[in-house]
Amino acid sequence: MNGKTLVMGVIGADVHAVGIKILSHAFGLAGFNVINLGVMVSQEEFIEAAIETAADAIVVSSLYGHGEMDCRGLREKCDEAGLTGIPMYVGGNLVVGKRNFEEVEKTFLEMGFTRAYPPGTTPEKGIEDISKDLGIT
Amino acid sequence: MSILTVDFGSTFTKVTAISSEKILGTAKAFTTIETDIQEGLDAALTSLNSEIGPREYTHKLAASSAGGGLKMVAVGLVPALTAKAAREAACSAGAKVVKTYAYELTPADEQEIYDINPDLILLSGGTDGGNKEIILHNAKRLAAMDRGFAVIIAGNKSAATDCADFLAKTGKVTVTCENVMPAFNQLNIMPAKNAIRALFMEKIIEAKGLGEAAKIMSAPIIPTPLAVFEGAHILSDSLGALMAVDVGGATTDVYSMASGYPTLANVTQKGLPEPFAKRSVEGDLGMRYSLDALVDAANIDSEELASFQVRCAADPSYIPIKNTPDKYLDEMLCGKAVDIATQRHAGYLERIFTPFGETYYQLGKDLSQVKYVVGLGGPIIYSDNPKAILQNTIQSGESLKPKTPKFLIDKRYIFAAMGLLSRVNKELALKILQNELTEV
Ligand code: B12
Repeated sequence: MNGKTLVMGVIGADVHAVGIKILSHAFGLAGFNVINLGVMVSQEEFIEAAIETAADAIVVSSLYGHGEMDCRGLREKCDEAGLTGIPMYVGGNLVVGKRNFEEVEKTFLEMGFTRAYPPGTTPEKGIEDISKDLGIT
Repeated sequence: MSILTVDFGSTFTKVTAISSEKILGTAKAFTTIETDIQEGLDAALTSLNSEIGPREYTHKLAASSAGGGLKMVAVGLVPALTAKAAREAACSAGAKVVKTYAYELTPADEQEIYDINPDLILLSGGTDGGNKEIILHNAKRLAAMDRGFAVIIAGNKSAATDCADFLAKTGKVTVTCENVMPAFNQLNIMPAKNAIRALFMEKIIEAKGLGEAAKIMSAPIIPTPLAVFEGAHILSDSLGALMAVDVGGATTDVYSMASGYPTLANVTQKGLPEPFAKRSVEGDLGMRYSLDALVDAANIDSEELASFQVRCAADPSYIPIKNTPDKYLDEMLCGKAVDIATQRHAGYLERIFTPFGETYYQLGKDLSQVKYVVGLGGPIIYSDNPKAILQNTIQSGESLKPKTPKFLIDKRYIFAAMGLLSRVNKELALKILQNELTEV
């Protein structure tokens, strides 16, 4: 265990259940304390779970193409709930079709995410970045 | 075998004598908590003896709600998580949970708790290894309060020792037990429930002037709502999923014995898991001591009602005469208390709009398939039309209350006695309950 707690789940009305299982398993093996909220997770659930568990970061997965709509406002709600500055990560198939990812990334960073990932990103890439960001050596 | 059960109520002390087959007799007398509780008990026993003759009892079992019952306050972090889990634990122990607090206690909250003057406080907050800050803050605030309550610490285990230290510094009695929510969304109420029961036995019984009475009993005195809870539990062994509603002068209590899993298609269960055996207490829905709050909650007003409220406030033992306007008001308000209390107890559906159309989240228990609703407590059992009151338990809107239940009433007021009896003879308690409950 590396002492860091992550709250993760698939946001919105998204039911794609396989990716988050693999993701939480991979982060667990890498030493994180993972709180996996599963699928169909609302913004409020991410926030409430993060408060009670004193999470170090929130990891959002979105696969069905409506990530932009589902993720908007999450940063503001975190600020409101006292989770000021908590790192937030997002990945999966964030938007419908094949929009230029640089554009998509910009949208999500502007929404307050620390990092946003293109489709097909491996869990390993996420583990590497989050470990670095949270100062795990 | 012969058993004596005693229920020290706020107004009456009720005794019930039971043979190995049936109820031999019941009697009651005024509770005398201000002087010596024994006087009321002796008076009730004298009256019982005159009915059935003096007897020796192999078991003497007692429950008490005298002196305001077991008054508690629950404290947690997030309202829908640890604060809810703490409330759930305190309710399941038979406490009168006056209020639940979330996040950091504010000076206004502290004043309120001071005024409530609870017997016990259940302090939770944070999963194990999770948030420590809030529970520590709240422990310090509670420590600073000049009140005699004891504190059960059932929160983040990493903070429990520090909480206990803060509270011990100002002389508060504390008991530490397992977290009510050790991991996210995991409900763990048994350890806190047991800790509450132990403190009730060791501390509250004595403080409420029941110490002497406790000595002559063959088992520890328990809170009356816990006895009712156990009565409902054994009844569900034979009747299946059920709900019970107990309307009183100060609170309305609702019990459900049902898994409460979704029964509708296109519904996803959300939120903290719900216990199979669930009790809720509504401190703002009572027929006398909290009548003003009930009228507010029911959102009704009229001149007749206002003057009725004045009469009830002047004399909380006031019972209106049949076929008078006051009787009508009393029954109408009782129906409102039942409606609102069961609404809060049962779960509800929340409509969610998704890119693919509508779907529903279920929060709380789906009680739509519950087959029996049992009416308990004076205002229901002495009503001219208990069925009309109990019909307020039926589903309307997006709540998940029972759809087509049958209604039973506890005409002779024996539910708590049977809960006590079930501790020594479950089969007999069940048999008597089945005989005594009447369908309306
Ligand atoms: C199986 C499946 C379904 C099943 C899901 C069953 C279930 N309960 O899981 C069902 C049939 C229900 C389904 C429904 C739909 N689906 Co579908 N589905 C798929 C499919 C074929 C596989 C998904 C899967 O399990 N992949 C395997 C896992 C391991 O991979 P993954 O999910 O991508 O997750 C990994 C990575 O993305 C990454 N990752 C994910 N999140 C994050 C986050 C971070 C921070 C990081 C670092 C990494 C990361 O790590 C994960 C583990 O390796 C994909 C196509 C595909 N081949 O991916 C379409 C796909 C996801 N579905 C799609 C669509 C459109 C839908 C529907 C809208 C179809 C419809 N119109 O009804 C519905 C949506 C329903 C809903 N409410 O969610 C589209 C999404 C298109 C888009 N975003 O542009 C896809 C891509 C198919 C396509 N090419 O069109 N689907």
